[in-house]
Amino acid sequence: MSLFNAFHVAGSAMTAQSMRLNAVASNLANADSVVSSDGKPYRAKQVVFAATPMGHAAAQGVRVKQVVEDSSPGRLVYDPRNPAANERGYVAMSNVSVVDEMTNMISAARSYQTNVEVMNTAKQLLLKTLALGQ
Amino acid sequence: MARLLLDRVVITSREEVIVVSKLDNTLQMQQQALTLRANRQQVLAGNIANADTPGYQARDFDFTAALQNALSGRGQGGVVLATTSPRHVPGSMSPGDSGPMRLLYRQTTQPSADGNTVEMDVERAQFAENAFYYEAGLTFLTSRIRTMMTALQGQ
Repeated sequence: MSLFNAFHVAGSAMTAQSMRLNAVASNLANADSVVSSDGKPYRAKQVVFAATPMGHAAAQGVRVKQVVEDSSPGRLVYDPRNPAANERGYVAMSNVSVVDEMTNMISAARSYQTNVEVMNTAKQLLLKTLALGQ
Repeated sequence: MARLLLDRVVITSREEVIVVSKLDNTLQMQQQALTLRANRQQVLAGNIANADTPGYQARDFDFTAALQNALSGRGQGGVVLATTSPRHVPGSMSPGDSGPMRLLYRQTTQPSADGNTVEMDVERAQFAENAFYYEAGLTFLTSRIRTMMTALQGQ
């Protein structure tokens, strides 16, 4: 029953988008983190999506291929009193761009909603198919 | 008398066969159309799911051509490489089990910078339209079944 595949496809997209939303939450939460768990400034994390066949050659789902760290340089803030400041008085902050993350969040939320609607439509069609001939 | 009875039995079973095959023929078209609609729904769901995947190219198939292929029992019409040895690789033009439909790539007007060709408005519109046609097919099939049931009950 190929409509079940539509379920799986929309489900995989919802999982991938929720992982993206998780990365956004992590980035926004650490936007002002000076030191990450490895002792260096926090680097923004981004998920990379890849299409993956699901069950049928025609059904392409999504999976998160990898989580990459943003390599752009972090912000330097002049704060000589901060214990993390270097010899010239600058503190290396995280490289999270709050504006980028907000747009990422809106995009992920919209894509998630769209896939919920796809799933609802597939469910309605399946239920109507069950009632066929009645 | 016994022979007459036997003849009658034979005729009845042949008529049953004819009735069943006619029923099959009546429903076959709608059945194929529904299967293809469900397949297309799955392809469109894949496009919507991959709206944010870099490099993904939106896919779709020509429903009319696929239905004609399905009704005439044709495959996807791909070109298959001739093999003269069992160790040759059996290549085909469109790999994958896609049945009577030929999956093509959608022509896009505004491709993204990351190579993604999914246009959400187009995909959503096609998805809704396809769902509508699927429901229409279900309605047609239900009314066909009802007609047949009325005829069979003979009340």
